Amino acid sequence: MAVLDRRNRRQIANTAFVTFSTTAAVIAISALTAILYSLLVKGVSGLNLDIFLLSTPAPMSQGGLANAIVGSLMLCGVAMVGAVIVGVLAGTFLAEYSGLSPALNAYGSVVRFLNDVLLSAPSILIGLFVYYIAVKPVHGFNGWAGALALGLIAAPVVTRTTEDVLKLQAKQLRESGVALGAPMWVTIQKVLWRASSGGILTGALLAFARISGETAPLLFTSLGNQFMNFDMSKPISNLPAVIFQFGLSAYDDWQRLAWVGALLIAFAVLSINILVRVLSQEQKRS
Amino acid sequence: MTALPATTGETTRTRPAGASFDPIFLGLCAAAATLLLTALAGIVVSLLIGGWPALSHFKLAFFTSSEWDPVKDIYGGAGPIVGTLITALLSLVFALPIAFGIAVFLVEFCPPLLRRPIGIAVELLAGVPSIVYGMWGLFIFAPLFRDFVEFPLITWAPPGSIWEKLFQGIPNGSGILVASIILSVMILPYIAATLRELFLTVPAKVRESAYGVGCTTVEVVWSVTLPYVRRSAIGAVMLGLGRALGETMAVTFIIGNSHAFPKGLFDGGSTIASTIANEFAEATSDMHTSALIALGFVLFVITFAVLAIARAFLGASKHG
Amino acid sequence: MFKTVAVALSATLLAGAASAGDISGAGATFPAPIYAKWAEAYKAQTGIGLNYQAIGSGGGIKQITAKTVAFGATDKPMTDEELNKIGLMQFPSVMGGILPVVNLPGVQPGQMKLTGEIIADIFLGKITKWNDPRIAAINPGVRIPNWPVTVVHRSDGSGTTYVWTSYLSVKSAEWKSKIGAATDVKWAVGQGGKGNDGIAAVVKQTPGSIGYVEYVFAHANKLTHTQVQDHDGAFIQPEMETFQNAAARASFKAPGFATSLLDQPGNSWPITSPTYILVYKNQTNDDGAAVLSFFDWAYKNGDNLARQLDYVPLPANAKSAIRAAWSANITKGGKPVYVSK
Repeated sequence: MAVLDRRNRRQIANTAFVTFSTTAAVIAISALTAILYSLLVKGVSGLNLDIFLLSTPAPMSQGGLANAIVGSLMLCGVAMVGAVIVGVLAGTFLAEYSGLSPALNAYGSVVRFLNDVLLSAPSILIGLFVYYIAVKPVHGFNGWAGALALGLIAAPVVTRTTEDVLKLQAKQLRESGVALGAPMWVTIQKVLWRASSGGILTGALLAFARISGETAPLLFTSLGNQFMNFDMSKPISNLPAVIFQFGLSAYDDWQRLAWVGALLIAFAVLSINILVRVLSQEQKRS
Repeated sequence: MTALPATTGETTRTRPAGASFDPIFLGLCAAAATLLLTALAGIVVSLLIGGWPALSHFKLAFFTSSEWDPVKDIYGGAGPIVGTLITALLSLVFALPIAFGIAVFLVEFCPPLLRRPIGIAVELLAGVPSIVYGMWGLFIFAPLFRDFVEFPLITWAPPGSIWEKLFQGIPNGSGILVASIILSVMILPYIAATLRELFLTVPAKVRESAYGVGCTTVEVVWSVTLPYVRRSAIGAVMLGLGRALGETMAVTFIIGNSHAFPKGLFDGGSTIASTIANEFAEATSDMHTSALIALGFVLFVITFAVLAIARAFLGASKHG
Repeated sequence: MFKTVAVALSATLLAGAASAGDISGAGATFPAPIYAKWAEAYKAQTGIGLNYQAIGSGGGIKQITAKTVAFGATDKPMTDEELNKIGLMQFPSVMGGILPVVNLPGVQPGQMKLTGEIIADIFLGKITKWNDPRIAAINPGVRIPNWPVTVVHRSDGSGTTYVWTSYLSVKSAEWKSKIGAATDVKWAVGQGGKGNDGIAAVVKQTPGSIGYVEYVFAHANKLTHTQVQDHDGAFIQPEMETFQNAAARASFKAPGFATSLLDQPGNSWPITSPTYILVYKNQTNDDGAAVLSFFDWAYKNGDNLARQLDYVPLPANAKSAIRAAWSANITKGGKPVYVSK
């Protein structure tokens, strides 16, 4: 009897757990559906070719979001390249090298701790800091400063996830590299990074998702631009700031553009996400 | 293979070809880590310099007083500081179990066909710009919350009970609780996606053998998966907490933005980040600007403390 | 073929990049839509791009001080002393009106009457019910529900709040001494909404509430505005005519042109205010001339565009005073950088 009781209890606990997990997933999916629904309803009706061809208009003029799209692509692109390089290297340092000696270990702990602090820095303060080092000295707002601010937000995310997934790789993987006579840096590159690519990608995607919607750090760095601009040394437009300005305005046509912009960002995150997953899948197969 | 030396001990091996690049690679990695360190140091130092006038002028009152008066140039940050702690804590309380549930669902018993779409959907939640959360929260979620949660609860709360205290505030869908809920939706994907990634790193062998000896799902997750990923799971939570502490745009829309201490869950409040976002652009007096930067510095101190405590709690444990 | 297209394309892109964003300005949020409108029309006519970004009045002052922009913009005028210290000239570009809005079912837009004193007491928390005898006395025939008052104010620092609190300071000594006028104040009562839109949303969602928004937002959101008593004691509606009356007799004077249009006589909407541009007096390059020629163009050609977006153009006498002040004050190497033709 006692055995049966225990089995029953275990069964009930398990059912409760399964129900809980499924409910959690359902809650998340419904929240997403609710938000995406508003995005689609308000965004899709404003979608047309002009969005991609014309620059942001004044109220009651014809226009699109071309300058903001180009600006956001340039800013996020530069920021992500920098953030992935710095983040993966720093994450590798924390996971693979910080155990080599007591000194490195201590340094690693400090970096790890401060990286977590950097993760939670309000983005507006990062923007402010970049303003002091990359805008004020050159007497002009510029795209580079905006990319730097975004990069500083993205890098700790990449660092964090890289370290986490590297640490979870089995010891045998490392030993196999050494056993083959490969130097450590080759082992890291060829074996560990490859084995962790899924996790690192997830980190990079989360980082991209985070910076793609950031308004505050760009306000004092790349400023924004009403017109098309490809010059990173000048003020450059970006989608989140346009969404922010247009979404809070009184003009219907501006509000419509704001929702289209929000939809575009969500769509960009989605498609890059899928693209990267597919690519990494193919890589694994080959 | 011929070059493989006969090993006499674990630590001795001849230097493999190309090993001379090892120190350089180590240097590169260390340089990247140092770059992050320098950036943070730069931010903290610039905040300290910028916030020093306010901190040195108001001293302790900056932390204990909730008097925030830009006209008289008097600034006490207690309201936003408390608001930051409450909203971050509440949002974590809401988001963590749900994120955990999603991760378990995706890894342990989601139909394979749905696994990828749901996984992507959750990550997509992270890609919605925060201003959209703010607008969605203010225009769509807040009225629903007012009608279906706030009004019923305020009417229900027995007079004189703790509930009545808890449910104080103007029932209009803006306040501490709504802001925490919206925040929890925002940090959910960060925690869930990272947790899922961690769960997947548990070797299939280990999990399968646990199932093999008759463990139920809950036992596998609790006794095998969680202990395995425990250390790294802190990172996942920190990612979420970080965003909750530093989120600006969405919170400003729905928190009610009052500098006083929030009296109840439905009362308006403010966070450090929302106060900075609300006022920084229009602050004209030097003391006002300085007080806002000082608040930013306080946020760093809070983050330091939170992380230190988390580490003290969980640092002792080791994953296998 | 492809090569020619590519060359032509990159040539146009380069040309576009070279002219775009040649002049940058930043500051006040309130006038951003009309500056964008003017800039668009100006670029179509002259090919010169003027890029204005709304980062807030405080930001505008900080940026022109740090010389990161060619001009700054602010809703709250700087004092002559502040201007002289940095070496700036300040002039108004356009004006706007601010109105109280309420959410009282049964009360039609423009039906209810309020005085500055009553509004101040509501915002001070001294009038807490809508059926207060002072409100009833000036609103015979209007059915006002017996509801508690919820005050809604801006949570973010804003030029709108500066004008609103300035008006309440003019009308109420108690407001002036207890709260004062600024872009952000320590509110006696009420709830904060972010931006004009935030106030509009909270007012719409909270029966019995009163807030204040810029004219264009009341217009766009179909909010219930009220009449307000003007300086002569008459209750008037907020409209283009009463906004313009406020500026008609105002004395805009160099160097700061800071003048109050609040509570003016002559059928003038009492909560009307200009917004300002900040430029260095002593110019070292051609940016100053470009900025002045842009605003001169806007004074000449921009009035209709302004009205279209619910802004109020400056009266002619103010424009000529500003042009005269440009020639006298803004110089490069001792010579005026721009003279209006």
